[in-house]
Amino acid sequence: MSTDAPSNTALGPGGGAQAGRGALRLRQVVAVARLELGRALKGWRSLWLVFLAFAPCAVITAHALHDEHGSVHEETLVLAGIVQFFYLRFAIFFGCLGIFVGSVRGEVVERTLHYAFLAPLRREVLVAGKFLAAAATSVLLFGGGVFASFTAMYAHFPAGREFALSGGALRHLGAYLLVTTLACLGYGAVFLALSLVFRNPIVPSITVLLWETISGALPVWLKHLSVTFYLKPLLPVEMPVEGFSGLFTIVAEPTPPWLAVSGLVAFVGLVLAFACWRIRGMEVSYSTD
Amino acid sequence: MRAPGRIVFEDVSKFYGEVLGVNKVSLDLPPGVTSLVGPNGSGKTTLMNLMTGLIRPSRGRVTILGLSHRDPEALFARVGYCTQFDSFPRRVTGRSFVEGWLQLHGAPRAHTSGLAAEALERVGMTEAADRRVAGYSKGMRQRVRLAQALSHRPEVLVLDEPLNGLDPMARAESLALFQALGREGLHVIVSSHILHEVDRVSDHVVLLSHGYVVAEGQIHGVRTEVTDHPMQILVRSPQPHLLASRLFAAPHVVEVKVHPDGNGLLVRTRDASAFHTLLNRTVLEAGIDLEAVAPADDDVNAVYQYLIGSETEAV
Repeated sequence: MSTDAPSNTALGPGGGAQAGRGALRLRQVVAVARLELGRALKGWRSLWLVFLAFAPCAVITAHALHDEHGSVHEETLVLAGIVQFFYLRFAIFFGCLGIFVGSVRGEVVERTLHYAFLAPLRREVLVAGKFLAAAATSVLLFGGGVFASFTAMYAHFPAGREFALSGGALRHLGAYLLVTTLACLGYGAVFLALSLVFRNPIVPSITVLLWETISGALPVWLKHLSVTFYLKPLLPVEMPVEGFSGLFTIVAEPTPPWLAVSGLVAFVGLVLAFACWRIRGMEVSYSTD
Repeated sequence: MRAPGRIVFEDVSKFYGEVLGVNKVSLDLPPGVTSLVGPNGSGKTTLMNLMTGLIRPSRGRVTILGLSHRDPEALFARVGYCTQFDSFPRRVTGRSFVEGWLQLHGAPRAHTSGLAAEALERVGMTEAADRRVAGYSKGMRQRVRLAQALSHRPEVLVLDEPLNGLDPMARAESLALFQALGREGLHVIVSSHILHEVDRVSDHVVLLSHGYVVAEGQIHGVRTEVTDHPMQILVRSPQPHLLASRLFAAPHVVEVKVHPDGNGLLVRTRDASAFHTLLNRTVLEAGIDLEAVAPADDDVNAVYQYLIGSETEAV
């Protein structure tokens, strides 16, 4: 070790930059997000997410190998079902649970959260950076999964290929990707906030799942507190409500798409504001976590 | 009250439920090396975590250089904390760990790379910097965390048991580094339960027991305050028996022993100042050769034993 004194040119408050606080915080958000992405995407632990996101694509591809004469109407309904029931109800929900809960609670488990808490950045910046990284990860994964499923669904027969390149199908794809993105943001914000409230967020997450499932049967004002309420009006294909599946299909009042999008964005903002408030008072005491 | 250049605890208490962390701590620490000394569970880590806002006081207030945890951007630009948590993000190398943390400051990568390299060199980790931390020994991990804590050149460096896991050579180097940083005008707050190590480098000590501060100040001053135990003074002289016969008559001298090597005395006195006056007079009057006079028990270890007694686990 060297005991020589270095020249005294420390980074200074928040990096010593002359730039405004806003620019500095933006750089810090990006730095947090970059480190978080590196942490989340490295290693085999994130493989289950890849499997979850692309499993339907693999099934569709396997089906396509044995069926070269698909029907556009049927395939469109099947794809709508996959997006609504598999992605929105299952894959994105549990995928976001793993990604967003892991971004803070995972650091508590690994006993590394204190490093960020000891850096010269506001904890709100930390929340923003972590949310950004987790949102990017989930949107990339599940958006990629939806896109791959869409491609596999229509690419294996001529009429499907023709339909896929038409304006209508591309509008469907755009709507699915928008819904996927909003679902990732909505569920992600909820799970990030839950991870800051509960040591073990699994039980409250299952409660959220039940809530989302029964939200269709709730009074209108309670429906506003569910993510699927905002997503339903954006889905391009209406699924028939019949039998057991009716339990899992949302019956929502017709809401204009712009209201659904802005409503969900406002919902995400509120939940993130709550997460920021929670993390400001958070103490690091790993022995009790 | 804001104290710009000091670390101030104002009547700080911390309870974990019904368990006491620290109670009614009031401290005002100046720059230099300050050691928090006490056995396990005495409240050293709690004080450090309170200082850096990792935990919040149940009562009272802590400020570092006039700043509190409510302003992390300003506080942590000036404070570095090497905790006891021996954990790292997955798959990092020593260099990427330090650089990654510096990037959270919002500084450009070129700048953070230089600072990281400088800090790693300072703790002697340059050669191993590009290896994965998972393959490091405990001492190397300790040094990399130390590099991270001082990489942004803080004015206050808080180090929780920084000597744990280090081999004797690295311990000596670390202590020399802390001393050098203290001489540069930094606040270096070191916790340890190994008394004799921090004793050598400390300008200031805070003795803790069961969550209470039992003594604080410069170690010699603290020792003087411990009046229950007479001070022990080593007097080196080739005529110990003659000197002993003259000194023993004084009322404040409670014990005089000839040193085992036969070349001095170990004197226990209740009044060190009066003893030194007596000693000066005696050697002049009797023409006794005097080689050295030094306190024999004003180190942290002795003070701690006197104050805390047998309940200490410190070594």
